[in-house]
This record gives sequence, C-alpha cells and structure tokens, in this order.
Amino acid sequence: MRRRDFLQGVAVGALTFFFTTPLGSAPIVPTRPGTYPEDFNAYLKISADGRVSCLVGKVELGQGSMTVLAMLVAEELELDPAQVDMVLGDTDLCPWDMPTGGSLTMWHTAPVLRGAAAEARAVLLRMASKALGAPVSGLTLKDGAIWVKATPASRTTFGELVKGRKMERHLGKVKPKPLSDCTLIGRRVPRKDALAKVTGAAQYAGDLRLPGTLHACILRPPAQGLTLATADIAAAERVPGVRIVRDGPLLAVLHPQPDTARKALALVKGTFEGSEPDVDDVRIYQYLVDKAAPGQRVVISRGDVAAGEKRAATVVEAEYRNAYESHATLEPHTSVAKWEEGRMTVWASTQSPFVFRDTVAEALKLGQDKVRIIAQFVGGGFGGKLVGPGAIEAARIARQVPGVPIQVAWNREEDFFLDGYRPAAVVKIRSGLDAGRGAITFWDSTVAGVSQGEAELSYDMQSNRYQAPTVPNLHPLKVGAWRAPNAHTNAFARESQLDALAAKAGLDPVTLRRRLITDARLLRLLDLAVETFDWEPAPGPTGRGIGLACGAWRQGLVVAVAQVTVDKTTGKVKTERFLEAVDVGLVVNPDGARQQVEGAITMCIGQALSEEIHFKGGRILDKNFDTYLLPRFSAIPRIQVVFADNATSVSQGIGEPPVVPVAAALANAVFDATGARVTHVPFTPERVLEALKLVPAK
Amino acid sequence: MNATVSFTLNGQPVTVASPRDRMLVWVLRDELGLTGTKVGCEAGLCGACTVLVDFEAVPSCSTTLGDVAGKAVLTIEGLALDGHLNPVQKAFQEHHAFQCGYCTSGMIMAAWAFLKKRPKATRSEIVEAMEGNLCRCGAHVRILDAVESAGKAMGGVR
Repeated sequence: MRRRDFLQGVAVGALTFFFTTPLGSAPIVPTRPGTYPEDFNAYLKISADGRVSCLVGKVELGQGSMTVLAMLVAEELELDPAQVDMVLGDTDLCPWDMPTGGSLTMWHTAPVLRGAAAEARAVLLRMASKALGAPVSGLTLKDGAIWVKATPASRTTFGELVKGRKMERHLGKVKPKPLSDCTLIGRRVPRKDALAKVTGAAQYAGDLRLPGTLHACILRPPAQGLTLATADIAAAERVPGVRIVRDGPLLAVLHPQPDTARKALALVKGTFEGSEPDVDDVRIYQYLVDKAAPGQRVVISRGDVAAGEKRAATVVEAEYRNAYESHATLEPHTSVAKWEEGRMTVWASTQSPFVFRDTVAEALKLGQDKVRIIAQFVGGGFGGKLVGPGAIEAARIARQVPGVPIQVAWNREEDFFLDGYRPAAVVKIRSGLDAGRGAITFWDSTVAGVSQGEAELSYDMQSNRYQAPTVPNLHPLKVGAWRAPNAHTNAFARESQLDALAAKAGLDPVTLRRRLITDARLLRLLDLAVETFDWEPAPGPTGRGIGLACGAWRQGLVVAVAQVTVDKTTGKVKTERFLEAVDVGLVVNPDGARQQVEGAITMCIGQALSEEIHFKGGRILDKNFDTYLLPRFSAIPRIQVVFADNATSVSQGIGEPPVVPVAAALANAVFDATGARVTHVPFTPERVLEALKLVPAK
Repeated sequence: MNATVSFTLNGQPVTVASPRDRMLVWVLRDELGLTGTKVGCEAGLCGACTVLVDFEAVPSCSTTLGDVAGKAVLTIEGLALDGHLNPVQKAFQEHHAFQCGYCTSGMIMAAWAFLKKRPKATRSEIVEAMEGNLCRCGAHVRILDAVESAGKAMGGVR
C-alpha cells in the first residue's frame, strides 16, 4: 500500500491508475507495472557525516536528470541541490526503475522520489523532536541541521540523528511541501554535472581505465542480414599482443591498445552467409506499403467516413514519407565488461540499466543477480541506448577471459551500421473540410512503417478512420525507438495535411486550427505561440515563410512556429527563427526544460532537412558524418521557448514533446515561403527542388 | 615500430615511446590517461577530439604523434590554471552550454583557440569558427552564447 500512498500524496497515479488523454478517450496504461520499492531508504541514504545520497535507477544522458532529481530531494529536505550526491543507474545500488526514455523520469520517477523525500523529512523531524525534547511544530531545518526555532542553540544534524544507519521509522503517507512553500522548484539551479563536463573529468564508459583492460574489435558483416561463416585469422594472430575470441558468429580481436586491436581486425578475412534484403532507400516506401497491406487493420474509427466525404467541399489527398534516421549519438555505444567470481559487471553507456542487466543475464544464461550494470555518464541516447547489443557483446567476450576487463567501443561506422533506426514510414491521408470551412467532415488515414501512436490530436472530426499494419518484422533494417517514436511521423503527416486543407480552402493555418481544436489547453497554447511569435497569420502561401504545427506526447502539448527562407535555385532551406510554446504541466527545472526544448528543435532541424540513412540491400552506405548530415552551427536559427503557466498540473516529461511538431512546422513554413508542399522527410535540397517543380505558375 | 617522441603536454615535457604514425588521440587517452579528449568519428569530421597544437585547434584523431614532436599540446585537462577555470570553461558552465557533454571538451578547445586570436569576433565569425564541431544534443545556441560571453570576459568587448 505504501507506493499508492506516495502517489496519492502527490496526486499522481502514474503507476497504479489510468490516465486519459486530453480527448478523454483511450486510457494510457503504463507500459509495465512498476515495482518501485516502498521503503524510502532505498532512495535516500544519510551518511555519518550528514551527506545525503540519492539513489535512482535512471541515468544522466545530458537531459539533466541528475540535477532535477536532486532538486526534488533538496526541496523536501531543505538542502542545496549541491548537497545531494546522486547515484544513478547502478543495478546493485539503485532501486529498480524503467528505462530513461519516453519522457518518463518526471512523470513516473519524480513523484515517487518526492514522496520518499517528504517521508524522510518527516521521520528526521520526529527523530529530532525526540533528541531535542521539543515538539515537531517547534522545529526548523536547513542545510542538514535541525533546530528549535525558539532556541536555535538547541540543534542537531541529519548525521547525528541517523549515524549512517538505515532510518527504521516509517510514517506512510506524507504529503510533499505545498508548491507555495517551495524554494527550488521553478528556479534556475546550476547543473550538477557542469564542472565535470567543462573540465573533461566526466567519465563515460570509454574513459574507464581498469588495469589489464583489453579492447575488443568485432568482425562485422558487410551487410545487414549476413552472419559470419568462416574466418581466416592467421595474419591478425601474428600481431604481437593480439588475442582472438570466437563465440558462434561473434569474432573479436583483443589487444591492450584500442587502435592496434582495430588495425589487427582489418587483417581478419571473413566469409559471410545469409541473405540481404532486396530493397534500397528509394524503393523502401513502396516496399513498406506493399508488405503492410495485407495486415492493415482499422485501429481507430469514428462515424461514417464515406458519408463524411460526401459532405466535404475541400478535399486533399496526400502521401507523407520519412526516411530511416539514425540516433547518431556523439558517443558511440560503449561498454566495459568483467567476469569475476561468477558475476558479470558491465560499465555501460546505457539508457536502461535494468533492461541491460536482464538481457545480458539472458544472453549469458545467468541469474539476474549475477549481473551488475553500472551506468556511466552517457554521451547522448535519444532512444538509441535503450537496448544494449554492445553490452551483450562485451559480456560474451568477457565470459571467455575471466578477470580481464573487456572494452567494446563501436566506431562510427559500426554505430551507424548497428543502430536501430527511426523507422521509415508512409502515411496516406485523404480528408475534407465542409463548405463552411469549420469542420473536418472526414479523415481517412493509413500508415505503414510505424503505429498510429499520437496520430490524433484534439481536433474535432465528424468522421475518421485510421489504419495501421499488424505485420510483424515489417522493416528490412533494424529499427528502434527514436525520441517521440511514432508521434513525430504522425504529426508530420497530420499537421502538413491540415495546412494543405487550410490553404486549399483559403484559410490561414491558425484560424482553421482554432475552429477545430476541442481542448482548451491546446487552444490557449496556440494563442500563446502566435502572440509570442508576434505574427498576423494569413492564408498561404504568403511568401513570408512562416509555418505552424501542433503536437502532443501523452499530455505534453507543443505548438511550434518556424520561419524559413528557401533558395529556389539550390533548394536549400534555411531556418531563420523557431519558436515553441510548451505545456508540460509543472516545470520543476525551467532552465533544464528549456534546454530540452532547444535541443529538440535543433536536433529535428537535422531530422527535417538533412538526416537520412542511405542503403542498398543490407549495406548501410553512411559510414560517417560526411554523408550523414547532422545540423551544424550555421543551420541553427534564433530559438524562442515559452512555457504555459500550468503549475497546478502534474509534471510531464520534456524529452519527447518538443520533438513532435518540428518537421511539420518547417514543411509548412516551406509551403508558406514558396507554395511548394514538401512531403518527404528529410526535405533535402533535391526534394525541395522536386516539390518546387509542382508549384503551378502564377 | 616505436619511436621516442618528446613534446610539451599541458605545460609539462613528456616523452612517449610509440609509433610516430599513431594518432594523437590514442596517445593521449590510452598512453597518457587523459580521457577528457573524446573519440567521435576518427575522421576529423566531428571535432570531439579537438586539442591545441602550438595554439592551433586540430582534430587529434587525424594528427599523428610524429606531427607534435617538439610542439606544445594543450588538452581540456590543461586549461584550468591553479584550479581556476579558463574563461571559456567558465562561460560553458554558466550558460549550461552542453547536455551530454561528449562534445564539450572539443567545443571548449576550439572556442579557446579561436578567441585567443579573435576575442572581439562577431556572432557569425563564431559560427564559422565552430562549424567543424558537432553537437547532437542541440546545445548550439548556448554554446554560441557562451563563446560570445567568454570573448567579452577576455577583454574583447565589442
């Protein structure tokens, strides 16, 4: 019952209760039942010298979890966040948690941690009351000391009270401080990882220097779908210091020096078997549509679409596509594994310490208690490090060389080759507006490549139908979760389509949305965005190059406004200005949240304009940053971020929501600039030129 | 074949026995234990491994040990003096000009090399100077703000 108490205490039922969407329709069920420990001692330890340690199974990917979680503990215990030592992502020390992804940290973990800290505060006050012989109501606390308000000399400290032991007393349901008493929540606080990161001291998995480490470089097939058959290792074995480990199709060259291991690997001659997919980056879209077709099912349906179409005065039919996209974290996947005394320890670059633990255990047929994952600072995740094939590789090799730490650090080519990409997708939409231009009479959508996740937003539709495929293993390449999975694909299609409908009906994009939006929160956010951008919307194309799009991730809402210029001779799109208005409920750490929004906008400028995995069969043609193009400094616009004042509602995560509408806002801005509708992400200069050819001459 | 190569590292003389064509980033990280310099692409395309050689910013993944013989190499670890952060480090800290931090050492080194020469640089000159350094988290705006303010702190007030 105690977990429920925590949750009720902070009015959040993330784990045990259903949430409803703004539409009040489909309940959102947490993807996995939580088993957060009920004893607050699992999260908080007070040492004999009074230092407070906070243990959480999340990791620091750069998104600021270390800082914001410390803020919550510091708030309840009246500390400076600098006085809270964060221990993150160690499966032996930290309580179980979900992966660090899906914007779950603030939604799931934060209320649990805040409840634990509130209970710890109450327990400490009772202990102090007994020690000082004064009622709790007469006590005050700050910076790890507790004293009698009337006689401040009568004081004690957390360290003296707890003496480094577990706190045995429990109080059950304890309410966190009311927001009006909070001094940290809502304030800018210095990031706890700043000093380590600006001095180069921050340790990532590849920075471990365990004595005797061997660096393992693994033989890769030239194409996805192929596996190692035979290998000639004679030349590699002649390199002094080289050791070769083979475990089925896994062949690794080990050497004390990482670069020598890599050079020796190049001397291994392998033959490979299996078959490559017969598809490439051009044919992939028809491939997905054809393969998905027999398994298409209606997943959402309301009203009579055929009847709705008869009522439509303006109809638009379009097909929207997006390419495979890589996570391209600047730190490639890296793990160090050591097999010792029947236990496997893996220091990893991971978003999911507990998933890594369970999958390493499964791969090695070990009990979960025989595997320990210790997350290090992670050099970017974005969904790419939710799963850990590299950690499994390191563990399999380490198992064969007991006592020797084995580092597997993928190089850039491997990181592109082995990534689980954002899925390529095709979304077909046919939809119509009534003659009064105030109602969507029908909306008929079929998606292939992703699910229908977040396809709907709170737009009033008289009828709609969404089809999504049920075909397993639809993709010829490995795919995975990429920041706001499904949602950004579906938002691109939906918001582009709405924009096209508005333009065809002679309406500006804001007026149409105002007429359709049924959720007051989204409507307020739309107004906030338009007002902050200081823009008089007009029916497009206006030539000004301003585009708008809305998006949601669970209950987090975003309205994006982009301004671009388009070079009509080269097809190059330059983002000049980008604004997002964001409503994610209570913002605990405003600067941290702002960073996430700025980062999402920047990252998705790459998604929208340049990032695409090129492939032929199973061969991944992008091997480095010369062909796979991340946005560089010259591509960055002026960025504005504004948060809705929504301090009374539950904190939503912030990693995903700001990603969702970016590509759509940019596409709509390209239309406003040129009259050309770009429907294929990324809209590279070539695709923009193609779209420009379709613009009717005036 | 190992050669004996001497150079100055963060103000101290060092001598390394390693092949002359070994890339500096491996010498720094593997031989000398200075892991603040990161490996991102091994092709001079991302800037994560940027260090200064005789005050010029270079990618240490594409610079050999032989290239730095007799020269002065400065890495992120050598930037703070007597425990005081360098103005660029301080600006990155204050502006929160990073997220995951993996590109940060290279960003700071590139910015420092540039500002030493042009503390009064305009925003567009800073953009041009930083163009070779990739950041995946999207800290770009803050990085530009930090570099600009570090320039001012270094006396380059425009």
